Amino acid sequence: MSEKITLHDVHKTFGSKKVLRGVNLAIDKGQSLVVIGGSGSGKSVMLKSILGLLRPEQGSIRIDGKETIGLARDQRRDIDHQMGMLFQNGALFDSLPVWRNVAFQGLQNDGLSEVDARDQAVDSLALVGLGAELLDLFPAALSGGMQKRVGLARAIAAKPEIIFFDEPTTGLDPIMTDVINHLIRDCVSELGATTLTITHDMTSVRAIADKTALLYKGEIIWQGDADHLAASDDPYLLQFVNGLAEGPIEVEGQQISAATGAG
Amino acid sequence: MTLTAFATIGRFFLSFFAQTGRLFLFIGQTLKAMLQPPFYFRIIGQQILRIGYFSLPVVALTSFFTGGALAIQIYYGGNQFNSETIVSSIVALGITRELGPVLGGLMVAGRVSAAIAAEIGTMRVTEQIDALTTLSTDPFKYLVAPRVIAATLCMPILALVADILGVFGGFVVGTQSFDFNAAIYVQRTVTFLSVEDVSSGLIKAAVFGFLIATMGCYNGYYSKGGAQGVGRATTNAVVSASILILAANYLMTSLLFSA
Repeated sequence: MSEKITLHDVHKTFGSKKVLRGVNLAIDKGQSLVVIGGSGSGKSVMLKSILGLLRPEQGSIRIDGKETIGLARDQRRDIDHQMGMLFQNGALFDSLPVWRNVAFQGLQNDGLSEVDARDQAVDSLALVGLGAELLDLFPAALSGGMQKRVGLARAIAAKPEIIFFDEPTTGLDPIMTDVINHLIRDCVSELGATTLTITHDMTSVRAIADKTALLYKGEIIWQGDADHLAASDDPYLLQFVNGLAEGPIEVEGQQISAATGAG
Repeated sequence: MTLTAFATIGRFFLSFFAQTGRLFLFIGQTLKAMLQPPFYFRIIGQQILRIGYFSLPVVALTSFFTGGALAIQIYYGGNQFNSETIVSSIVALGITRELGPVLGGLMVAGRVSAAIAAEIGTMRVTEQIDALTTLSTDPFKYLVAPRVIAATLCMPILALVADILGVFGGFVVGTQSFDFNAAIYVQRTVTFLSVEDVSSGLIKAAVFGFLIATMGCYNGYYSKGGAQGVGRATTNAVVSASILILAANYLMTSLLFSA
């Protein structure tokens, strides 16, 4: 299977804080990779680096074999065009009604007429289980779960080849979490897209992932098939997957456990 | 101790130059976005409505009362026996050259610059600007350029309204409070005013419009730290726009009237 996204030795620093310390990762075409890791482990920075929102100081990020680091925004327009992104809080445009949010790409960049864009919005909303009655509502009138679904509809509206999900289930109740996980799985299989999800919700991992990677202190310290998660004896992975306070993972600079011999 | 002092001074200057460089880069990118397609005419239209049309009441009231107050000050401060000539001419000159564009600019800065900074700042902290970028849309073209174009186009029109209502305020006070002859007041105003008096004010207003929107966009675009950061951006936008308006007014007055 050919690699769709490849990260090699990616470093990103903010001031004196090294957030990414040589990330190596590969995602095959059509694969669903979930990157797990605690708060502050560098997940969002890694995702934003792939999206070109942040520029790493060192390393390589290739999409379809093409180096993307250092490309100006207008030089990576074709790459951007094949990507969709679901932001953590939806990031819907407050000033636009739902249908303009969902069909934003089509209206602004693909030259869709308003009638066609509205049709596209209806189709995309249907894919995430929402009806046309939402079209003219503004995001402020929607619940958190609905905003997430509209965000997902926007992410898939242009039928992208790559979709990124940033904490897709954070802040949702367990039922809505399950709904979103299933929608992601269904949308992805329907579109045949390659996906990268970052989360610390293990329910999502089990529902979405083909492959899983654990990011800790800016490095991928474990990766493997999602099926192998439970069988792994990696102490870092075991602690994270089982949600244990004790283990080798340091929380906010303080090592909780004596597992590695330190206090 | 000495080293600490040097380090503090060094940090201040490094930060100052970094901020200044970032501002000039921002202005450069804004100008590029204003001149290169795509142009978002629908958004420019919306912004003209928000910045221009909805600022009309505040600018109109400010200039009307300022014109009236100016007439009173000139009447009591000057020679009351020859005041019919002096009041009308100085009100017209003061309003068109200075007070119309400057006070109008400051009022619009308070209203518009703050609103732009709050809106774009909120978009920044809620990742809406990142979302725009991932949707292959340049935030400078979609967010910044339409606001700057709209403010630059609207401010001269608002200044013209301010000129007319400011002069009218002086006229109302002159004719109602000081019993000036209305026809003579109008005639003196028209005779005394030159095209350059009005056009210099309109040129200034266009520059003020550019500064107001640019400061709003700049502070909003680089805001960080949640609601507190957006609040700080809003304050900074108004303060920086106001100071730049006054500084630019001095510079342009020197340039336009020194010859």
